[in-house]
Amino acid sequence: MSGYTSATGEDRREMLATIGVASIEELFADIPEGMRLGRALALDAGRSEQEVFEELRALAARNMSTEDEISFLGGGMYDHYIPAAVDSIISRSEFLTPYTPYQPEISQGGLQAMFEYQTAISELTGLPVSNASVYEGPSAVAAAGYVAKLTNGRGRFVVSRGVHPHAREALGTLARGWEMDVVEAPLRDGVTELPALDADVSAVIVQQPNFLGAIEDVPALAQAAHDAGALAICSCDPHSLALLKPPGACGIDLAVGEGQPLGNRLDFGGPSFGFFAASEELLRRMPGRIAGETRDADGKRGFVLTLQTREQHIRRERATSNICTAQALNALAGVIYLSWLGRRGFVELATLMLQRAAYARERLTALEGVELLHGQPVFREFAVRLEAPVDRVIARCRERGVNPGVALGRDYPEHSDGLLVAITERRTRADIDRLADALGAALEAERPAYHEVTA
Amino acid sequence: MSVTAADDQLTIFERSKPGRRAFVAPEADVPERSPAELLPAELIRTEEPRLPEISEPELVRHFNRLSKRNFDLDTGFYPLGSCTMKHNPKLHERIAALPGNAALHPLQDPRHAQGALELMWRLQDALGEIAGLPHVSLQPSAGSHGELAGVLLTRAFHEDRGEHRTKVLTPDTAHGTNPATVTMAGYEVVKVGTDARGNVDLDDLRAKADTDVACLMLTNPSTVGLFEPGIEQIATIVHDVGATLYYDGANLNAIMGLCRPGDMGFDIVHFNLHKTFTQPHGGGGPGAGPIAVSDRIEPFLPRPQIVRRGAANGNGGEPFFDLDYDRPKSIGRLRGFQGNYGVFVRSYAYIRSLGAEGLREVSEVAVLNANYLLAKLRQEGVLEYLPAAFERLCMHEFVLSGAPMKRELGIRTLDLAKRLLDFGVHPPTVYFPLIVDEALLIEPTETETKETLDHFAETVAAILREAREDPEVARGAPYTTPVRRLDEAGAARRPVIRQPL
Repeated sequence: MSGYTSATGEDRREMLATIGVASIEELFADIPEGMRLGRALALDAGRSEQEVFEELRALAARNMSTEDEISFLGGGMYDHYIPAAVDSIISRSEFLTPYTPYQPEISQGGLQAMFEYQTAISELTGLPVSNASVYEGPSAVAAAGYVAKLTNGRGRFVVSRGVHPHAREALGTLARGWEMDVVEAPLRDGVTELPALDADVSAVIVQQPNFLGAIEDVPALAQAAHDAGALAICSCDPHSLALLKPPGACGIDLAVGEGQPLGNRLDFGGPSFGFFAASEELLRRMPGRIAGETRDADGKRGFVLTLQTREQHIRRERATSNICTAQALNALAGVIYLSWLGRRGFVELATLMLQRAAYARERLTALEGVELLHGQPVFREFAVRLEAPVDRVIARCRERGVNPGVALGRDYPEHSDGLLVAITERRTRADIDRLADALGAALEAERPAYHEVTA
Repeated sequence: MSVTAADDQLTIFERSKPGRRAFVAPEADVPERSPAELLPAELIRTEEPRLPEISEPELVRHFNRLSKRNFDLDTGFYPLGSCTMKHNPKLHERIAALPGNAALHPLQDPRHAQGALELMWRLQDALGEIAGLPHVSLQPSAGSHGELAGVLLTRAFHEDRGEHRTKVLTPDTAHGTNPATVTMAGYEVVKVGTDARGNVDLDDLRAKADTDVACLMLTNPSTVGLFEPGIEQIATIVHDVGATLYYDGANLNAIMGLCRPGDMGFDIVHFNLHKTFTQPHGGGGPGAGPIAVSDRIEPFLPRPQIVRRGAANGNGGEPFFDLDYDRPKSIGRLRGFQGNYGVFVRSYAYIRSLGAEGLREVSEVAVLNANYLLAKLRQEGVLEYLPAAFERLCMHEFVLSGAPMKRELGIRTLDLAKRLLDFGVHPPTVYFPLIVDEALLIEPTETETKETLDHFAETVAAILREAREDPEVARGAPYTTPVRRLDEAGAARRPVIRQPL
């Protein structure tokens, strides 16, 4: 008997007697003989809590985390400082273990937190309507595409090459099922160059800042979409919304993004959450849970899941999405984090990151063998070109305890010499100076070999 | 709509006061250049987002108070049919919080994420063994995401053979995510009926299964908690028309170690790690919905796949775990990065804790507990008003109908559910599945004690006796919860989904 079940021998005898069968085996009579596994599962025997802990700890020790090196890795997920208050609150049983709030009278905590989260996302994005979360960033882009399809029924998406490669790919995977095309708009000097748009374009999708860190002219891109009668969708870095004109003020119809930077762990890529906000007209096509304010029988304020006729458990094949379990706990971490930062703190933190990124950009481009990949303004992430093979430079930097960033070559073959460097508030000036030193030394070490090859 | 709120119920925005703050900025150690200098003028935000202004003590109090207005599994019984609300082991939180897990960047070089990749590979292996289908993708983020993957895999499978099919079959008892998924994947839903015994109507299936059908989506046991004895025939009918057979793994808790979907003829299975494998529900997520598939579906699996490369790859004799992108027939990605790794850590710890025997015991006790609760309810006289929809032994859950209760006592399943709230019990799932009138779907899970089940049965009986005396009590319930019954219709008519500021 494991520590998680309680049916003792005596319990079982009494229960079987009440049921009126002689053995547990009889309860499985409906499973045909030929269908029985007839052997034990080929899995190791169970272990004690202590032994499982030791095994999993040994596995975790073989991972190099952002505690083990100075990391400038970005590309959609970032090494931010998560305040202790987030951990302490989301580890409470009352937030960690309940089910989706289908019985609102005993779920007011979770529902009110969703309402507060929705308010915060609406404030960040400048759009009136937000849901209570979707899975994460790239699938949120695909989900926004689905809203566009449901709205105008047109046949094509135009998506910027500056949108996260994973988001472009997820959109493509789903679009095949909708028999819609996905056309890519190229980047020129780091920013989106839209092709001419016709009446078959359902939505234009851009990212702000884009994957190469460049700040896009979102108002112009949104205008071009609207001129063609298409929806304008923008995937945003949530911290950038402290300083940049929000999507709602740029003419964007649907704003989505990766929520991990807001109070959530890196966790090797998940779980996190996707935020999803829209203009008023799109409310009834929104995917996901939405919490709404109402009154109870005594006239007291309360919150409920609302507009459920959009959802799978009511509308089934006519639902706006199939989403059931979302990312409630991660969204809760998000609203706690945003509340902890607060109105001023959110701006101060973003400003610090902006300043540190500017400093890093200057220090790195001052090195011989490093050039900016594009000259566009950036927020907290930027791309450089290296005169030596990127993988080798990265390896040399790592020997010095610095992970300098993401090699761009696999997702952007046209930038095989590119490195994407991400800044968060955890990367101090001293860290950035170390990066510059490591990068400088790596390039120098590569220099004789490089020139030998090309001479 | 402005609703007066007691101090107890203020939102965090209402508790804010200009100037209050919890955050103290780290040292400004680089030149303090202004945004105006660094950002394009026309793109600079002119009005700050109106986030709360609150100090840490108030922040903590606010959320602590909110938490106390939630019922939760660590506190009480949640017999929600179809949800498998079993205990969430506390060990798992400790493991998930280890920096090697929590602070691992998804784009870290695989050579420096071997612990994570090996864990994922071993989890895949274990899930494949449990399902009886060897090829696993951990990528989908939730059950319905796994369902979407399954239907997209089906589409790719047919297209690869030069076929273009337009329909997917689902039983009329299916969970809502099944038909919703079918539509999202670009197919048409066709419903298959359920017979008087609660099983898939084989005649109806035969009539509807033709070469325009891409797939049949099924769960076994079904959502009415019954094993499909005709599963082999179902598989034959579906495979004979060249369609795939998809298994919704929501009810896996009933059969682990006893039988396997792969052995029943299913091509594609999804798992709900937040159901069978203890990932805490979090009030609505996160979860994960990995899938396991047969050989013929394997080429189409999402990208990347977690693979183990042997010593031949020049790794000094050690196996090397890697992300494999070289999958030409893959349907591509469904999301970013590798999936919900934090969830994988917990599920893997669970499987390692229980082992083969422990997992089998889970299913045995889950089915024992459900049948016991059904028998106990019968003993308490509850089934006179809430008869079992199908008079037979159930598996891990069972469905009752509140129609006689409504007729004879004047209270509906909804009223019974709301009155249960006053007794500190989360109600079962209500009004699902759709084929049962005034449905009440009950799944106790294996982690509940006999005493808890007895108490639940006695409580339901007491509520029925009370209703016989005065049905108004249940109709006006709940009374003792943080709020009384809420006006959901009003909330939908005039939606207020954010705080006006």
